[in-house]
Amino acid sequence: MAHRSLPAIALLSLASPAFAQDTLNALVWCDHTDPALILPFEEKFNVKVNLKEYEGTAAGMAILDQSQPGDWDVLVIDAVDVPRAVAAGKLAEIPADKLPTADFFPELVMAANNTVDGKTYAVTEKFGYNTISFDKTKVDPADMDDMAILTSGKYDGKIGIYDYYLPVLGLVALGQGIDTADINAETLATLNAPLMALRKASRQVSDVVSSQTALATGDVDIIFGGGEWLTAVLAADNPNLDWTIPKQGALRWAQSIGVVAGTTKPDLALEFVQYVVSPEGQAALAQSACYWGMPANMKAGDLLSAEAKAVLRWDQQPEYLKRAQLYPIPDAATDTAMQDMWTTMLNQ
Amino acid sequence: MSLQSAERKLGWGLLAPALLWTVAFFVLPFLAMVALSFAHMEGRAIVEVFDPGNYVRAFSEWSQLKALINSIEITVTVTVISVVLAWPLAAIIAWQVPARYQRLALLVAVLPFWTSYVVRSYSWLLVLGDNGVINKALMAVGLIAEPLALASTRTATVIGFVHFFVMLLTLTIYANLIQLSPNYARAAQDLGAGRWATFRHVILPLTLPGVITGAFVTFVLCIGDYITPQILGGNAELTLPQLIMLQMGRSGNFPMAAALSVVLMAVVILVYAGCSRWLRLDRL
Repeated sequence: MAHRSLPAIALLSLASPAFAQDTLNALVWCDHTDPALILPFEEKFNVKVNLKEYEGTAAGMAILDQSQPGDWDVLVIDAVDVPRAVAAGKLAEIPADKLPTADFFPELVMAANNTVDGKTYAVTEKFGYNTISFDKTKVDPADMDDMAILTSGKYDGKIGIYDYYLPVLGLVALGQGIDTADINAETLATLNAPLMALRKASRQVSDVVSSQTALATGDVDIIFGGGEWLTAVLAADNPNLDWTIPKQGALRWAQSIGVVAGTTKPDLALEFVQYVVSPEGQAALAQSACYWGMPANMKAGDLLSAEAKAVLRWDQQPEYLKRAQLYPIPDAATDTAMQDMWTTMLNQ
Repeated sequence: MSLQSAERKLGWGLLAPALLWTVAFFVLPFLAMVALSFAHMEGRAIVEVFDPGNYVRAFSEWSQLKALINSIEITVTVTVISVVLAWPLAAIIAWQVPARYQRLALLVAVLPFWTSYVVRSYSWLLVLGDNGVINKALMAVGLIAEPLALASTRTATVIGFVHFFVMLLTLTIYANLIQLSPNYARAAQDLGAGRWATFRHVILPLTLPGVITGAFVTFVLCIGDYITPQILGGNAELTLPQLIMLQMGRSGNFPMAAALSVVLMAVVILVYAGCSRWLRLDRL
């Protein structure tokens, strides 16, 4: 019986990175494609940073599996999935003493995720919340302090659900008084009814752009699973859009960056990682055109405008961090069960 | 070497690049996909054994089967509506528009092709929204008091598809109609057929190959499309391509994605077999 982590076949058509001495190939999320973030690094080191976006750790791991060692130099990954990438041999160790984690929000150092067996493999770069976004002129902001209102009938047909099973099921779990760390096959069964009730009350389950469009055009007034990353880029044109953390809590998302194992440019890759977590890189990343998010490095606050900090709720972070839990980290079987539940919900 | 043998070799030689291309980029990947569809997942690893479980799951789990049913329902609806709209449009261009303006008329008909497919879909989302053009117009004239829920529905998906495929079908049906000699209709009418009988017994059967060819292409493109239902459907229901994407992008379950893709292809083959009698792909 032959085992293989991911197939070479299915992703044959995925892009290969460009090969050149003066290039750095990074597998990233869309917020890293903002020229405001990348150009200063390219100019400083006289290199071209080739960026390939991916969505979902499974897809990212598949791309790495499909590639040759040295194809990729830098990887951005969900912080909770760093140990999984390390176990698969995809990340190289990076020197902890060359990272400014002393300047980070303490909760965002996330050593339990970024460090394996005492070795550092990644560093947190950005974080935010999956919670409730809403139009404060259409809904009573006080209602949004309790997520139970969403299935009370009051906002039926005016709710959108963010199309990502992990944070939404995590939020549903919080609504049932279940910590995200306690989601397993047994507790998952109790989430089915509230998830389906939420689906029944909602109008759509949509990706980032469709969720933003629906909120901005008034098709929906609430996005369950949204947060500052969803509304911040719309804030200038739609000051009525807001977000909050209900009394049941919220999920904290966090993304990490690391150097890919087998890179032929480890020094340049490390320079890129250091740049991204520097105050300058962090300020640019926080306000990326794709989506905003809080920088992990507190010193980025010196470079952010008062308006940007207000949108990000900079001053409320100590309280928010206390009330938010990390994404669920399901084992493979629970993960499959969660996705099956999600598929059933979509086809309800 | 005989002349016949030399010609045969030349024929194979000329055919070889296309054959190699097809084998390398269609046949082999397809066989690989079929082989992968019989593997299964253990945890996050793929186990390469012969296991028809993915196919059993595709037809026995309601959420999976529903996606196939949704895809077929949407595709048939889109194909029928597109044909009904495109036929008269093509006929008007072919028979009513003066020859010197026909090219311009076709250009205008396919103008929406020039915009990005994704941009066009998002544009429809804005048009169909609660505060979109359609709802605002209907409310302004007093036909409705509350906005109709058009965006993020199957209706929105069908509208987005029809907008695209009417253009495509107009071209294929027009290509068929323009080759039709007006003498057929004249002969039928000389023999006493009325306008309706002429259309039903002469014109329509003669244009059927063009219609079926366009409808088949519409079916194939529509049933395999991911973008339109994803953007306009609001995940109100899943189609098969969306389910395939979920299996690949989220689950990393490539065997299941491969099995669903084979099912999708089987549907297309069945439809091809069903309408092969009338298909004239050379008319495209």
